[in-house]
Amino acid sequence: MADQTSHGIGGLTYDKSKRAWPNEANVFIALVLIILAFEALGQILPYMNSQSMLFDFNTNRDGTILNVARIKIVILQVSIIGIISLGVTQVIISGGIDLSSGPLVGAAAMIVMSFGQTELVNGQINPKAVFGPWAFDLPVIVPILAGLSFGALIGCVNGSLIAFTRIPPFIATLGMFLICRGISQWWTKGQPVSFPTEQFAAIGSGMMPVVWFALLAVLLFFIMKFTVYGKHTYAIGSNEDAARMSGINVKRHKVLVYMIASMLAAFAAIVLSSKNLTAQAGMGQFYELYAIAMAVIGGVSLTGGRGSIVGTVLGAMVFGVIQSGFTFIKLDAFYQLMAMGTIIIGAVVLDQYRQQRSMAG
Amino acid sequence: MTDNIILETRDLTKHYGGVHALEGANFKLRDGEHIAIMGDNGAGKSTFVRQITGVEQRTRGDIIFGGKPVHFAGPLDAREAGIETVFQTLALADDLDVPDNLFLGREITKWNFLGPFRLLDYRAMREATLAGLEKTAVKIPNIRNAIRNMSGGQRQCVAIARTATFHSKLTIMDEPTAALGVQETAQVENIIRTLKEAGEPLILVSHNMRQVFDLVDRVVVFRRGRICADLDITKGDITGEDVVGYITGAKTQEGYEDAA
Repeated sequence: MADQTSHGIGGLTYDKSKRAWPNEANVFIALVLIILAFEALGQILPYMNSQSMLFDFNTNRDGTILNVARIKIVILQVSIIGIISLGVTQVIISGGIDLSSGPLVGAAAMIVMSFGQTELVNGQINPKAVFGPWAFDLPVIVPILAGLSFGALIGCVNGSLIAFTRIPPFIATLGMFLICRGISQWWTKGQPVSFPTEQFAAIGSGMMPVVWFALLAVLLFFIMKFTVYGKHTYAIGSNEDAARMSGINVKRHKVLVYMIASMLAAFAAIVLSSKNLTAQAGMGQFYELYAIAMAVIGGVSLTGGRGSIVGTVLGAMVFGVIQSGFTFIKLDAFYQLMAMGTIIIGAVVLDQYRQQRSMAG
Repeated sequence: MTDNIILETRDLTKHYGGVHALEGANFKLRDGEHIAIMGDNGAGKSTFVRQITGVEQRTRGDIIFGGKPVHFAGPLDAREAGIETVFQTLALADDLDVPDNLFLGREITKWNFLGPFRLLDYRAMREATLAGLEKTAVKIPNIRNAIRNMSGGQRQCVAIARTATFHSKLTIMDEPTAALGVQETAQVENIIRTLKEAGEPLILVSHNMRQVFDLVDRVVVFRRGRICADLDITKGDITGEDVVGYITGAKTQEGYEDAA
């Protein structure tokens, strides 16, 4: 074998060709199969007025066969929750869970938007103004920093509770779930916050959410794979005692993990409120569960230590394809929920099976 | 083997409340020497090891390591000073591969100005791992496999290989073969022999008489929290039966009468 190097009496090897079949490959195959299934359904069910996902042979549309617009919609739909799921992925890899990200999106969106409002709407003073005149037309960096600081604060509280009081992450972030939902309603007493500045509106306009998702996915991939931070996150999720005995500052690291997760959720809130041009207290409902679902579909193990950003991105795509696929073939939304539930359960069952087989063999 | 004393304890004592788990242990380990610690359950072997490795804080007494009195606040301090311990619970991260585990908490990094996000130097760690494993002649099919997929013996070898990789001054193994099969035990014993040839000192806690007589120079027997015998077994005049006698209390060596 060309890329094999042999060492010593024991015949030690570092052999690239012998590396295990990556879990991400399975997720990718599943993604392709699901896309093909919807494609086939879309092509053979025209009498129901349904539409296929990838190809559209009705060429008088814009002259091309590949339906780029539809593919864009699929990715755009999952981008914002996808940003959250990147943070959730590293939390789950560290052996924790973050339930607070959805309500955090709502609360952060309210806060962000109230610093991103414009003064004049159709020549009138902004009717949804939260603060006085000083808060109008602030530079775009102000709402961004306000949002990220809020995220960092919430994440710091989450992480500190989990690291120092040793309460289970489920409980700590469940409490934070309710607190954030409360904050989002208290901020304006339930009133929506609207009319952002042009600069702020540009953050999430058009395909920008996809750009942010792609950039952050690459960044997080790099961090998890090539930095000490990533390695220690895997180590803590894999065996916390071993990590501690090896000299890793487990408490500090956990605080950092939850801070990064919450800052990503807060950034998702910035993009979302910018895209919608408004912030409402109920924003981000179920996002925490969808984000966890994307990670789980992508092969991130809830027991910690296993999973990857690549897997989560693929999981997000599976999530988006199912969501959009049902819409394109004109099946009702409740089928979509049922299918999504089945796929999440199936993903975990398959993962368990794989794990047991690798333990046995 | 030289007469250079690498580790010495004077009057090392540990009380857990009213329980005198370790009482006045005077112990010397010369450089390059391999010593076995034997004794019944509860005789104080593990307590002794826990004081040296900084896992617990002693009640009284001195530990002199490398000529200097030391106070380890935790196992990390001990490791930084050069005492590498293979605990019974192996302290490995199952989902990481061999180099990751060897270098856990002391990764070789680049771009250190990035703080927690400094970059891992995978190539350097891989090469150091291969060199370390070569030194111990450990057989591992592929070091890039997750530890989870390895046998008990291979896992034990990875835990032991940390010592070889980091050029520790003293290796302590707490019953390294207790849970292993015949072949795997042989593999671990081979590593111990390799360490001996390399002149690296070792303290081996073991219940296995054959293993002890095969591997070490000296046996120190603990009984009821005290050292009751210090036996040089290289001369061949001491048999396994003698050692059993000291362990059970049928015999007590001259100079250690207060242990009886």
